[in-house]
Amino acid sequence: MSATDHVTSAPDNRVQMHADGEWLLVELQGAWRITETRPSWMSLLAGRDPVRVKLVWGKLEDWDSALLLFVFEVKQWCRVKGVYCDLSDLPDALQQLLRQLVVVNETRMVVDRSRNFLTMVGLAAQDVWAKTKEIATFVGECVISATGLAKRPHKFRWRDCVDEMQQCGAMALPIVSLISLLTGLIMAYQSAVLMRQFGADIYVADAVGLVMVREMGAMMTAIILAGRTGAAFAATLGNMKAGEEIDALQTLGIRPVDFLVMPRLVALGLMMPLLALYANGLGILGGMAVSLGLLDIPPTAYWVETQTAIDMSDIMTGLIKASAFGVLVGLAGCHCGLRAERSAAGVGRATTSAVVMGLLLIIVSDAVFAVTFNIFGW
Amino acid sequence: MNTTDTHFPAIDVAGLECGYDGKVLLADIHFQVKRGEIFFIIGGSGCGKSTLLRHLVGLNPPTAGTVNFFGECFNRASGDRQREMLKRIGVLYQGGALWSSLTLLENVMLPLGEYTPLDAAERAELACMKLAQVGLSGYDSYYPSEISGGMRKRAGLARALALDPAIVFFDEPSAGLDPISSRKLDELIVNLRDLLGMTCVVVSHELASIFSIADRVIMLDKQHKGIIAEGDPRVLVKESNDARVREFLGRGEDAKVTARQNQPSP
Repeated sequence: MSATDHVTSAPDNRVQMHADGEWLLVELQGAWRITETRPSWMSLLAGRDPVRVKLVWGKLEDWDSALLLFVFEVKQWCRVKGVYCDLSDLPDALQQLLRQLVVVNETRMVVDRSRNFLTMVGLAAQDVWAKTKEIATFVGECVISATGLAKRPHKFRWRDCVDEMQQCGAMALPIVSLISLLTGLIMAYQSAVLMRQFGADIYVADAVGLVMVREMGAMMTAIILAGRTGAAFAATLGNMKAGEEIDALQTLGIRPVDFLVMPRLVALGLMMPLLALYANGLGILGGMAVSLGLLDIPPTAYWVETQTAIDMSDIMTGLIKASAFGVLVGLAGCHCGLRAERSAAGVGRATTSAVVMGLLLIIVSDAVFAVTFNIFGW
Repeated sequence: MNTTDTHFPAIDVAGLECGYDGKVLLADIHFQVKRGEIFFIIGGSGCGKSTLLRHLVGLNPPTAGTVNFFGECFNRASGDRQREMLKRIGVLYQGGALWSSLTLLENVMLPLGEYTPLDAAERAELACMKLAQVGLSGYDSYYPSEISGGMRKRAGLARALALDPAIVFFDEPSAGLDPISSRKLDELIVNLRDLLGMTCVVVSHELASIFSIADRVIMLDKQHKGIIAEGDPRVLVKESNDARVREFLGRGEDAKVTARQNQPSP
C-alpha cells in the first residue's frame, strides 16, 4: 500500500521519530480517529533510510482503524524495503487486528461477476422468451378465473371491486377533468388556426367532437389511469408479494388471480368507459370555450354542430376502446406486481414496468382498433 | 464526544421519558452503561425495548430527560453535533437493514466513504477486513438479497463497525435466527467487544443470549412503564424480589417443570 494523497504531509505530533544507531524508534501517541487524516509514513520518513524500525507504544489516548492502517503501512514498507520491523511493543488487540488485515490484504480477490457480450445477449433473449411465456400464462389464468367467476358470481370479491372502483374511478375525476378539458382546449386552438383560413370556423366543433369521442377521450383517460392506477396496482401487489401475503393466499388454496386481480380488472374495465365518457364531455366543453372566446361561435351553435358530427357509433367505438384499455392497464399493473422481486428495489422496478407496459399496450391496441374499425366501417 | 476521559460512563440515561403522539410508553428511565460492558435491555413483547433503543440513538426525540454518551448530552445537542456524535455509534437493525442496491462491500464502504479521508483502495481493504471479522470473507460482491438472514445480520454488524464505534446498539440480534446462528452471533459480539473494546447495548428477550453474554441487564415492564429490575441476570433470576423478573428469566426452568407435571401418568 502506498502513501495516499489524502493524508497530511506535514509532520504530525502523533508520531515521534527518534534515531538510535541503526534503529529508528517510532513512538505513537495521541488520539487516532478513522474520521480524521492520519500521518503519512512516507512524509514522516523524509528520506531517512533506517535499517531497523521499532514501533513504540507511547501515550495513546484513543485509537482505532486509523492507527491500524498506519502500522500496516509501516509494516508493508519495511517488508518491501527489506527493513527489520519490530512490533512487539504494540498491544495484543492491535497485533490481532493487524494479522486480520494482512490476511485480507493477501487473500483478497476481486471477483469479477460481469459477463461477456454473447452471454448477455443470450440471457436477454432467454429473458424475453420467459417473459412472453409469463404474460401468456397470466392472461390464460385471468381467462380461466373470469369464466370460473362468471359461473359462480357469489365467489367474486364485490367489496374489493367497489373499493377499487372508487379508487380508480371517483378519485381520478379531478385529474381526468383537468387533462381532458385542456386537451379539448388545445385541439380547438390548433384546429381554429387552420379552419379560419378557409372560413370554416364552425367545423372546429366537428373536429374537436370527433377526435375527442373516437380517440382522445379514451386515450387520455387510459394514459392517466396507467400512471395512476396501473402503478398503484403494481406497487400494492408487489408489496403484498414482498410481505408473503400472496404466498399466504396460495397456501390457503386461493388463486391470487381470483382474489386480487379479477376485482381490479373488473373495476378498471367498468370505470374506464365512464371516465372516458366524462372526458369526452369535458373535452367538448373545452372546445366550446375556445370557440366562444376566439371564434365568436355561440355555444348553442357549437353544440348543434357537434351533434351533427357525432353519432352513436362514434361514441360506442370510443367506449369499447376505453373498456379494453382499462383491462389492459389493469393486466399490466397486476402482472408486474405479481412478478415483482421481493425487495424495495423490486417493487420500484415493478411499478415502472407496469406504467411502461400499460402505455405500450394502450398504443398498440389503439392501432389494432383503428385498423379493425376501419375494416368494419364503424 | 470525548471518549478518552474515563470519568464518565459510556451511556448515562437520566429521567428519560419515551413516547409519541402524546402517549407515554416509558417514564423516568435511569440507567448507566459502563465502558466495554455488554448491556441488555430485556422485557416482554410490547414493553418498549425497541422504542427505548430508538430514543437512545436519536431516531425519536425523548419527551423528557437526557441521554448522555461519554458525559456529553446527546438529545439536547445541535443537529450537527448529534451527527458528529453518531459517527461513534453503530446500530445493528433487526433485519440488518442493508441497502439492497449495494453489494456487501459497498454497504460497509459507504460510511467510510462519507466520513473518512481514506482512498478507495484503503476503504475496500478495511471494509473487507470488517466483513472478515464477522465471518463473511469471500462474500464482498454479493448483494443482500443473495445471502441468508443470519449473514445479512452479520453484514449489518460489519457496517455498524465500519467507523470503529465506541458504542454499538443491537436490536433483537437473535430474532429470526436458528439457535446455532444465534449463538455464533453472541460469540461474535463477545469476541469483537474483547478485541475492539466497544460498549454493546443489546435489546433482546432471548434467554440463551441473556444468560450467556450479558454483563448486566435492565428489565422493562409494560404496566410499570419503566425499569423493574437492574443487575446481573444470573443473580436476578434467583434473588430478585420481583416475581415478574424471576418468572421472565426463569421461564426456561419453570416451563420444564410444568411440562413434566402435565405428562399423563403411565
